[in-house]
Amino acid sequence: MKRLWRWLVALVALLLGGRGHEEEGREPERVVAPKEPDRGAETVVIVALFLAALAAVGFIVIYAIDPVDSRTQLLGIALGLCFALVAGALILIGKRLVPTEEIDEPYPEPENPDEQEEIARTFEESASGLTRKGLLLAAGGAAGTAIGAAALTPALSLGPALDTKGFYETPWRRGRRLVDSDGRPLRAEDITTETFYTAYPEGAKRDKVGSPVVVVRLPANELELPPARSGWAPRGIVAYSKVCTHAACAVSLYRKPTFPTVQPRRALVCPCHYSTFDPATGGSVIFGPAGRPLPQLPLLVDDAGELRAAGNFSAPVGPSWSGVRSGEPT
Amino acid sequence: MSALVIAALLLLAWAPAAAAQTRGGVFRPKNSESMPLPQLGSALYDANCASCHGGDGRGITSTNRPPGSGDVKGLGPSLRGVGALAVDFYLRTGYMPLDDPHSEPERRRVQFSDREIRAVIRHVDSFEPGPPVPRPSPESGNLAEGLKLFTEHCAGCHQVVAQGGVVTGARVPPLEDATATQIAQAVRIGPYLMPKFSEKDISDSELDSIVAYVLKSKHPDDRGGWGIGSVGPIPEGIVTWFLAATAFLGLVAVIGKRAGS
Repeated sequence: MKRLWRWLVALVALLLGGRGHEEEGREPERVVAPKEPDRGAETVVIVALFLAALAAVGFIVIYAIDPVDSRTQLLGIALGLCFALVAGALILIGKRLVPTEEIDEPYPEPENPDEQEEIARTFEESASGLTRKGLLLAAGGAAGTAIGAAALTPALSLGPALDTKGFYETPWRRGRRLVDSDGRPLRAEDITTETFYTAYPEGAKRDKVGSPVVVVRLPANELELPPARSGWAPRGIVAYSKVCTHAACAVSLYRKPTFPTVQPRRALVCPCHYSTFDPATGGSVIFGPAGRPLPQLPLLVDDAGELRAAGNFSAPVGPSWSGVRSGEPT
Repeated sequence: MSALVIAALLLLAWAPAAAAQTRGGVFRPKNSESMPLPQLGSALYDANCASCHGGDGRGITSTNRPPGSGDVKGLGPSLRGVGALAVDFYLRTGYMPLDDPHSEPERRRVQFSDREIRAVIRHVDSFEPGPPVPRPSPESGNLAEGLKLFTEHCAGCHQVVAQGGVVTGARVPPLEDATATQIAQAVRIGPYLMPKFSEKDISDSELDSIVAYVLKSKHPDDRGGWGIGSVGPIPEGIVTWFLAATAFLGLVAVIGKRAGS
């Protein structure tokens, strides 16, 4: 870090240096051989740096646009192009704009003021071959600022700052039927205690975070739902959001003990980080990193014996974020 | 120093062998070869199964009972109506007999001969008849459908390449040693913590496809020639980065040499 800081200081000195000394009438003898200005290379460097800035701005724009295909690839191309242009500009600066010199001797002691002066002048005079320092500096500044902004932009993904309404929306309403992946309604009598089912809201988009639910049936003596949810499990059938409240993986593991006396109790488990939820007690967390229970969907069985939602989820679905507890699912 | 290393290596090699030897072994009647099936089944069941599953196959759910044969404190589910479907599976995978009813059954050397297994099946069926051993026909299954069904129903625990994994509180076995019959049996039984899938959930023809896929997954078609364990993008990424880093180091060395000369 310290070394990086020194490099930055050296770069600034290189670009800013030489200003006040130019007006002095008597030029001191040069340390570095004078270099012919190379306006062509300079132009290329300036253009490259501005293009780099443009590419970094492009990264931010692509990030901001929501429905764009192959977004990851475009983001990568934008950032890659940006860095390639900056790298090219730096190479050109090193090769064509400032003289290169190899110093074989060991660096002198810093106490020696004469030599310090010489080093300072080396820096100053190295930059004297540049003609449009201001523009060069502006281009470098633009590239640096834009890259910095591009690097900070993904931090927005850490949490929605403004529009959070969509995070509470689910397609579930009272009376909406539960259907399987082929669109067939789930019948209460077909749900056994031995396995688990994935269901979706009839006629709604399935890829929404609030859509998929996992359905299991528990023997009556195992159910320990909170009193407020006593009517939520007709015939012992319970439904929970299939999206883990930790990192939004699909809760696709179901522990169903063959012989509960000596085996771990029933649980819904997320395969990503092994958050384990208890379907008998309203989806409470019994193990793992999840910070809140799986949202439960109240159920009812209609006259035809088919499963329908009796309302919306008990809590907002999806991964937890700063405001997840401050709203109700809509 | 080297002697120490050799001793450590020997210890490492010996440890699993020692663990495998702690199992109680199987009790069998003296003239088991010549015994008629009904008597053989009854004798084997009483000696090896009854301490946990009860002499009448009703299971034991209380720890208050006195220890049975081999000092096993019996605890086990009822076997009434489980049929050849389950008995054949548990005995031919070596899941049973289990040393300790609290431990998770795992694949081991099969403890009984084919004739002995048939005898035990016969005896368990005499408590209450149950379903027969399924006969899947993977050759009539559809591989693509099998992959889809396996992803939907099985891959959560077993991984999409059927390499197994863990669920909190239990290990999930890899399926590389499972035969077609055993895969079909496990789907219908739901051994240990595994959910059980009836014919309503997974039809017999769907099961054929799943079996076909699992058998295929034992010999994956590794495009590029290197499967890297077939366990997904993270190890593949690590290997890629390792190779890329080596290449970059080589490039850096070349540039450094040219600049120095």
